[in-house]
This record gives sequence, structure tokens and C-alpha cells, in this order.
Amino acid sequence: MSKEWPLWEVFIRGQHGLNHRHVGSLHAPDAEMAIMNARDVYTRRNEGVSIWVVPSAQITASSPSDKGPLFEPSNSKVYRHPTFFDIPEEVGHM
Amino acid sequence: MYAQLVKSEGTKTREEMTPEELAFQERIDRGEKIEPKEWMPEGYRKTLIRQIGQHAHSEIVGQLPEGNWITRAPTLERKAILLAKVQDEAGHGLYLYSAAETLGVSRDELMELLHAGKMKYSSIFNYPTLTWADMGAVGWLVDGAAIMNQVPLQRTSYGPYSRAMIRICKEESFHQRQGYAIMMKMAQGTPAQKRMAQDALNRLWYPALMMFGPSDKDSVHSAQSMAWKIKMNTNDELRQKFVDQTVPQAEYLGLTVPDPNLKWNEEKGGYDFSEPDWSEFYDVLAGNGPCNKDRLGARVKAWEDGAWFREGLMAHAEKAAARRAQAAE
Ligand SMILES: [Fe+2]
Ligand SMILES: [Fe+2]
Repeated sequence: MSKEWPLWEVFIRGQHGLNHRHVGSLHAPDAEMAIMNARDVYTRRNEGVSIWVVPSAQITASSPSDKGPLFEPSNSKVYRHPTFFDIPEEVGHM
Repeated sequence: MYAQLVKSEGTKTREEMTPEELAFQERIDRGEKIEPKEWMPEGYRKTLIRQIGQHAHSEIVGQLPEGNWITRAPTLERKAILLAKVQDEAGHGLYLYSAAETLGVSRDELMELLHAGKMKYSSIFNYPTLTWADMGAVGWLVDGAAIMNQVPLQRTSYGPYSRAMIRICKEESFHQRQGYAIMMKMAQGTPAQKRMAQDALNRLWYPALMMFGPSDKDSVHSAQSMAWKIKMNTNDELRQKFVDQTVPQAEYLGLTVPDPNLKWNEEKGGYDFSEPDWSEFYDVLAGNGPCNKDRLGARVKAWEDGAWFREGLMAHAEKAAARRAQAAE
């Protein structure tokens, strides 16, 4: 029984100056081949200038059921947004 | 479509749903995307695995009828174009397998189910591609029908499936246009070339109509899939749209759609047309189409012949990792 090639997550920088973005995943025996495969699978039309691959098993994700408690602290801090403060018009742009 | 007869789990009324199921349905109704690892009904997960798997298999098996002509393309440019198109289809298969994998099935498991005849792929790929004009008709009609189905699926409720569809749709337009360009060349060519184009249309028209799956009145699995937004339109809606779009394109080519009943219906604002022979459709799905054995045989052979390569690269990767670990000690 053969062993399945491990799964890799692929991140691509679309253009210089932008962040790498997750684009999908693929199977490859090792990192080097994962980059080669990512080139063929995800950048056939010049979609990238740089590729990162990460073994999927190495990704730690927040748990969907914790969504409420995890993000609640930021929900309650409306003063973090500039529109919380009323600045008189005479002051000018701020 | 690429997933033509996906068996879905039973439909429940709101009253029959558990609180979890109801909350899930409400998320879908609000247009929220469901992401991997979030709670979902077992039926939703299973139906999606079947549908995305079938779709992925169709992309992969779909390379075969066109691959058939790569070595015999009439010019080097046409060969390069066809090669790029077929390579895109391999990519589509891979996007979709990885979307399916987020639901807890592995790609190798899906492959094994396909090879064992336990999962299907679209009936269309069980028809032969006999002449170069078929490369035109396949791009024009088969990719055209696929686009019809895939565009609305970009809005499907399952996040990874929706994102795969968005990527795929970006690439499909090239497929259809290169096919139509072949048809234009043939239809405007010598009388013999035009006859080839007409013959390709004659053979592929009804199989293309079958791609949308059985008529709504016989399509038993639609309601639940539509409630879950993993099917966005009924089979007949999409088939009608396809006919309405394609008939003028055939007219432009000066070709005749092989349907004596084809007629514009002013009242409904669409064409009336003959349904395909559904007994042929079920027969092809059951494995008795002209190319079923060849297609599945070619896939199984590729899988088996490639085993030493997959295993070899894995063994190399493991050795290299062990060597690196040792050097680090
Ligand atoms: Fe495709
Ligand atoms: Fe395509």
C-alpha cells in the first residue's frame, strides 16, 4: 500500500509590495516539489512573483466554535475606531 | 453537469430540523459561507464530497478526449493551445480535489473510488473525439455547458468549493473561445472542413445537453441541494439557457443544430427544443457508453504506471529528511 504525498498549503505574492495570500493546497513529496507543483497549479497565468509552501499539518487554526469569545474583546472596544471621536469641523482634517 | 446525478441526503422541513441544523440552514439563507471544520450536517458533508469529487473526476477524465488530439493538432500553435487547455483541466481537477479534502476525504481515496467504478464523472467524456473538428466542438459546447453550470456555483455555500469555482471560471473562457475559434476556421474552410464541423456538432449536441443532468421532473435530488446552495439552478433552467446562448452561435457558423423541433418561442423568450434520449444517458452512466472502458482503463493505467514514481519520490523525501535531521544533531 503506497503512502499518499503529504498536503501543503500554498501562499502566493501576487505582485511586488503585496502580502503572500493563501491560494489553496496541493500534494507533494517534499518542499522543493511542492514549490514546483505550486508553480504549475497556481501560477499558470503570471499570478505570482513569489511562492511559500507550508506543510498543512503545521498550520494551527483557531477553533470555529471559539469565534465568539476569541473576537469579543475587540468588538467591545469601539473607541479603537477614529469615528468614535467627534472632532469639530473647524479643526480641519484629522 | 460535471456532477450530473449527485445523490443527496433527504430533505427536512424546518420543523424536523434539530436546533443545530436550523441554525446552519439560517446561515446559508443569510448567504454566509460555510468553512472547513465548522459544524455541518453529515448529509451536507457527504453530498458535497460526492459532488466535488465527481466534478474533480470529470476534469481529470475530461483531459482524455482532448489529449487524444495533442499529437495530431494541425499546427504547432494549435498544439500549444490545446496542451495549455488540457493542462488547465488538470489544474481544475487539483483545485477541486483539494476542496473535497477539506471535508475529510483524501485525494487517494477519491481516486480509488473512481477507479473502482464507485464514483462517477460526466457522461460527456464517454463519447469519442473522432476528428480535429471535435476539438472545436468540445471547447465550444462542452466547456460552454460547463461554464453555464460553474458560474452560478461561484456563489455556492461551501467556501473552498466556491473559491475553486472562482479560479476555474477565470480560466474557462479561454477554453470556450479557443474551441469556437476552431469551429470558425473549419466552418469557413473548404466544403470538406465545413462538413467535419457539422458532423462534430451533430454528434456532440445531444451529449452536451445531457451534461445538465435529467429533466427536473425526474431529478429527485435537487431540492435539498438547492436549499443548501450546493446546486444553484435546476437542470432544465441551465439547459434552456445553454440552448438559447448556443443556437445563435451555431447560426453564425452557418451550421445546423441537429434538432428538427428547434424553434424560437416568443412567449417564453427562449427556444423550444428536443430533449436528449434519456435512456442513452442512463446507459452511458451505467458504464455502457462508447468509451467508458477506454476512459477508466486509461486512468487506472496512469495511476498504476505512476505508482513507482510516487513511491520513489516519497522514499527520496523521507531519506533526505532523515539526513537533515541527522546533520542537525
Ligand atoms: Fe475545467
Ligand atoms: Fe474547461
